[in-house]
Amino acid sequence: MTEHILIVGGGQAGMQIAVSLREDGFEGSVTIVGEEHHGPYQRPPLSKAYLAGEADEESLELRLPQFYVDNKIVVIPSEKVVSLSWGAEHGVAVTDTGRELPFHKLALTTGADPKRLTCDGADLDGVLYMRGLDDANELKARWADINDIVVIGGGFIGLEVAAVARKYNKNVTVVHSRDRLMSRAVGPVVSDFFLEAHTKRGAKVLLEKRLTKLHGENGTVTGVELQDGNVIPADAVMVGIGVAPRGELADQLGLERAENGAIVVDSHARTSDPRVVACGDVAYLPHPLGGEGMVMLESVQNAVDQAKLAAKSLLGGEEEYRAVPWFWSDQADLKLQMAGLLQGYDQQVVRGNLDEDKFSVLYYKNGRIIAVDAVNDVLDYMAVRRALTAGQNIPADLAADSAVALKTIVTD
Amino acid sequence: MPHVTYISPDGTETTLEARVGDSVMETAVKNGVKGIVAECGGSCACATCHVYVDAAFIDKFDEMGPLEDDMLDGTAAERLPVSRLSCQLKMREDLDGLRINIAPEQY
Repeated sequence: MTEHILIVGGGQAGMQIAVSLREDGFEGSVTIVGEEHHGPYQRPPLSKAYLAGEADEESLELRLPQFYVDNKIVVIPSEKVVSLSWGAEHGVAVTDTGRELPFHKLALTTGADPKRLTCDGADLDGVLYMRGLDDANELKARWADINDIVVIGGGFIGLEVAAVARKYNKNVTVVHSRDRLMSRAVGPVVSDFFLEAHTKRGAKVLLEKRLTKLHGENGTVTGVELQDGNVIPADAVMVGIGVAPRGELADQLGLERAENGAIVVDSHARTSDPRVVACGDVAYLPHPLGGEGMVMLESVQNAVDQAKLAAKSLLGGEEEYRAVPWFWSDQADLKLQMAGLLQGYDQQVVRGNLDEDKFSVLYYKNGRIIAVDAVNDVLDYMAVRRALTAGQNIPADLAADSAVALKTIVTD
Repeated sequence: MPHVTYISPDGTETTLEARVGDSVMETAVKNGVKGIVAECGGSCACATCHVYVDAAFIDKFDEMGPLEDDMLDGTAAERLPVSRLSCQLKMREDLDGLRINIAPEQY
């Protein structure tokens, strides 16, 4: 009897599970079913090189179509799984076309949806999001006609789009509800630096501002009204206010979900039913570096690394997830690279020169390094990432001398 | 279309047709050549696509930028004079016959 493994969700994590299953020697059937009309592709460039016209659609493909054929991985695009159930022998997924897909084991890699605006005018034409290729293509199609763009949300997506828009000399306003940019991901030094950097490059960045409604004419957005009554003209509004995990399908199998809707997994990427794994943006997972508590990690690194582990778990492995989280963001000529998780740090060391757009911030907890944010400073980034991976330390007192190469002062 | 041959650390050779404009990394990854990890998808952010370019071809590529240069100082496998990050190497017709040795470690 053939064993069927079904992967619901055709993004980076889903693709990686399929590839890893084959690399790990699984000989049963592997099927990926996903709602999008495209095979698995890279999302990170959508708001960066792809939007800037430096990468084309074909270059985003994660694998060539022939790869899936050669590896007997069935990819079913454009179909949404609407029900999941277990029978006596196996489970069955039913898609919105009525297709039935049997499975003995299941992977949920359904990702996340961008959070939507709910204010008046949220449905106006010209209110855009950035998650999938279709979103990016819609923005690109309108690009030439956009003069005034308002970006809602000063996180990675919003700031990346803002940077590309400034490159094309559009009027850019970023409206951010918090007191500093990218506050979930980076420390205050880096937030402040990017505030100045975007301002210097011609974007208007408004902190601690909330929008109350969107203005429109003939169904198309014309402006963004803030709480203080000011209206910012806009012929496009790009919304990047975070994502909501798409964990709904888990309910049909009675799997545990977190308060935010994510699917709860253990250190093996297993859900509360050991026959089902979940990983990537939809998963709520134990801290991958032995830190306290559970975390959401919306990144390519986590999608890939957790998927590799999930594949092993599907095949009976008992390995625990341990991976150094890392992220990057390209904003104008600034390459921001982050490794580790800085939450709970009690000391920081700033190295390099902020005025020269090249520096790093090292974060410590109880005298041990836990994270780095680096701007155009690959060496510091790599040194910290490597030390974290090896479980080593980079003493703060030695690191404080910017002239010292970090890789020369690594200790156990 | 130009052909490129990847040589794994264990000596296995894989020859592929490359799309002009795709990088040496993309050509490998999309076809499932193992050993080139390229987690960042080619934005010169992760240094997991380290290769050794065959000496006969090394001068046919543009000189590396400072970012790639720095990244190569942080690679897992030894940096050699022919070391490059394959995400930064774009395929062209005149690179037909290119030979690429995959670095033994990427992490």
